[in-house]
Amino acid sequence: MNDLDPRAFDLPASGAPVNLSRRGFLGASLGALVLGVSLPVKVSRAQEAAAKVVPGTRFPAFLEINPDGSVLFRSPFMEGGQGVHTAFAQIIGEELDVDPARFTVEAAPPGPDYLVVMGMMRITGGSFSVRSSYQTMRKLGASGRMMLLQAAAQKLDAPLEELTTEPGEVVHAASGRRVPYGEIAAEAAALPIPEEAPLRDASDFRWIGKPVARLDAHDKSTGKAVYGIDLKVEGMLQAAVVHAPRRGQEPGEIANLTEVEAMPGVVSVHALPGAVAVVADRWWRARRAVESLEVSWKEPEADATNVMPADFSSEGFKQQLIETPGPGLVAENHGEAATALEKAPKKLEAVYDAPFLAHGQLEPPSALARWNEDGTLDLWTPNQAPEMYQAAVAAENDLKPEQVRIHSPLLGGFFGRHFLYHGASPYPQAIALAKATGRPVKVIWTREEEFLRDAFRPLAVARFRAGLDAEGLPEAFFAEALGEGPTGRWFGRKPEDPDPSAVEGIADKPYAIAHRRVEHVVVPIPAMIGWWRSVGHSMNDFFYEAFFDEMAAAGGHDPYELRLKLLADKPRHKALLEAVGELSGGWKRGPFTAEDGTRRARGVAMASPFGSEVATIAEVSLKDGEAVVHDVWVAIDPGSIVNPAIIEAQVNSAVALGLSSALLEEVVYTDGEPEARNFDAYPILPPEKMPRVHVRILESGAPMGGVGEPGLPGVPPAVVNAVAVLTGERIRSLPLSKFDLTEGGA
Amino acid sequence: MELTINGETRRIDSEPDTPLLWVIRDEIGLTGVKYGCGVAQCGACTVLVDGVATRSCVTSVASVEGASVTTIEAVEEDEVGRRVVAAWVAEQTPQCGYCQSGQVMAATALLKETPKPNDEEIAAAMTNLCRCGTYNAIAAAVRRAAAQG
Repeated sequence: MNDLDPRAFDLPASGAPVNLSRRGFLGASLGALVLGVSLPVKVSRAQEAAAKVVPGTRFPAFLEINPDGSVLFRSPFMEGGQGVHTAFAQIIGEELDVDPARFTVEAAPPGPDYLVVMGMMRITGGSFSVRSSYQTMRKLGASGRMMLLQAAAQKLDAPLEELTTEPGEVVHAASGRRVPYGEIAAEAAALPIPEEAPLRDASDFRWIGKPVARLDAHDKSTGKAVYGIDLKVEGMLQAAVVHAPRRGQEPGEIANLTEVEAMPGVVSVHALPGAVAVVADRWWRARRAVESLEVSWKEPEADATNVMPADFSSEGFKQQLIETPGPGLVAENHGEAATALEKAPKKLEAVYDAPFLAHGQLEPPSALARWNEDGTLDLWTPNQAPEMYQAAVAAENDLKPEQVRIHSPLLGGFFGRHFLYHGASPYPQAIALAKATGRPVKVIWTREEEFLRDAFRPLAVARFRAGLDAEGLPEAFFAEALGEGPTGRWFGRKPEDPDPSAVEGIADKPYAIAHRRVEHVVVPIPAMIGWWRSVGHSMNDFFYEAFFDEMAAAGGHDPYELRLKLLADKPRHKALLEAVGELSGGWKRGPFTAEDGTRRARGVAMASPFGSEVATIAEVSLKDGEAVVHDVWVAIDPGSIVNPAIIEAQVNSAVALGLSSALLEEVVYTDGEPEARNFDAYPILPPEKMPRVHVRILESGAPMGGVGEPGLPGVPPAVVNAVAVLTGERIRSLPLSKFDLTEGGA
Repeated sequence: MELTINGETRRIDSEPDTPLLWVIRDEIGLTGVKYGCGVAQCGACTVLVDGVATRSCVTSVASVEGASVTTIEAVEEDEVGRRVVAAWVAEQTPQCGYCQSGQVMAATALLKETPKPNDEEIAAAMTNLCRCGTYNAIAAAVRRAAAQG
């Protein structure tokens, strides 16, 4: 997978017809995007009007240079902690010749200029922002510089060839004259886009590749950063909602309506699709009132779509997956796996599972809607795809897309949470309530409502069978991934094709195993599912890399040495594995006794997520039946890089989330409802469980890969593999908190 | 009812059992303090009440009448707070940033009480959640701020 392969972003392969009718709830809302993805040669109707714009080329759409020389960049990508706003200030600043520190970055509004991903769409996800737009943004900056040079040539009446730039100014060395960018910005912006603008040679980079400071660190350390939940507009009311316990149920009688309407600050009470709402002058008053409502929830109508069954349980669904027979849809096939398995002198098999996971971004969802006198609508809401939201809002409200202004605030974490998932965003509620009250309305979901309506990382099961040769080396491998992936759910899937988001991390692993076959056994998931940081890799690399250690053990091989052996012909992977070994002070599996007297072991895992390559080692001990993770070493090769400090921070972040999923997290459904509704019952990684994290970045020169997600998938298997060394038993289900871990074996 | 916040005394008309968090955010209009969970699990709502780090989402406004409340908006008016913020920037601590107001307030409270905390004292005081997992940077920033005090 690399940057121009749609699969790198977990999209269906180009040309995949999308069966929207299979899921009525998708409706027309995703049509624009789906068409854009599926028919790259044509343009969707939503983009038709803008067909003449080449995304990512019109300097004035992206950049404003102020009289003081500071620069405003309208980013196609959302900042939610991953550092993209700073990275683009580096990339554009490098070519424009402006110090990145002089940049202010905000999310661009919807518009044809910003469809820069693959030249046709706009999303913030798939660890795709920088790698998809690195060259586009360099060229944009270089174009801007050329326009400034041309404007300066006119102003100075000097030949263009005699002009150069230094940060923030054009220099005419022959006459010693200098023109600050701010003085010629207006003239430059009016010029046509230059046909040619030279790019800076990489050897001359001042900011790309350097640990440039984040632009947002001070604002985010002083409470000045403004998130969607903080926004206010004149005349705004606030609303809180309570959803039906199960999707598909609708509000019926409210026993105490009059009483609640009389509560302090309450403006009005509303029945909404699948929810009730209270609008009030302040949010707490709205919340107190809405949670006082005594609502009878009606069971779904017979023809209702998208219904959560009343008897759904995560445990029952897991059993269903385990018992669902193949065959599945073929995702990878080399050699003759079935025959080789049969003939193999030694065989092993195992079944793994991983649970539903909540995004748990710390900012609860919110949406602020305002209907204007001219019939247009303003919507402020956290999102990872403003044009998709615009198209959806327009379709749902009988508006034209240009009548809908989407404002995209900073994201208080996202991890995949803010794509368009049916019923998982408060924006339709805000729009409906604003219409009903004739006032702007901001809806904030409580954490409890968020747990009820989040689109979870899918629960999944993997079945493995392997055959070893006489030397204990894997020669046959057969895997079935059971369940459903978010990409197929939301972007469609050909009936005969596996969902890449269901098999990534199991299919296309780099190890030299002669006969291998991977299938996706499709089992639709009744729960709402979504993309979660590192998507299918978040569980599949755990399944595969833990089973890899089982193969190594069955064949009498050390798991690190076996990986090295099976990567002998893969220099990029081998270098990475050696690098992480060296970073950790030399591979040692253990168990060994650490200086503090604890018994420890190490586990290793490899992953190839989002165009990058990663090798991970974790050191673990056991205490009071739980795994304690002391150190995690990560070697990551994103091909080439923009900001090593941000990459190191992202690896730390991904390690934390991966470890959280390995140790603690699990959404449990019973009777169609998630049991945990807040962080007390759904613990996420607390500070005392954070290990030391050691990062080494390798730049192999391969096509640029992603950064935000790739650090995650190696962590659960590395930890579980270390635990297996200590306990002598193989754990095939997460999280580890379900098990009482004690040291076993010799 | 009156509330003293960032040195200024304000009349409050919220119901007495309203969480301090929502009085600060909605009635006073300071939104640096964040709502994360509402059940004192995450600490994004941390403010100082008479210098003590307090989870304002479960603290009724009535219970702090007569006390002095400090929010993130005033943190740089305090010498220790200024040092903490500078350390936060130097360590490039924030990612999404949503929890960091609470983290900075918790660190400020710690260093005002214990100027030279050891690692155990840092761990005991810095219990707020961060979904971006900036915990190592947070601990480094606290140590840096302490070292410069």
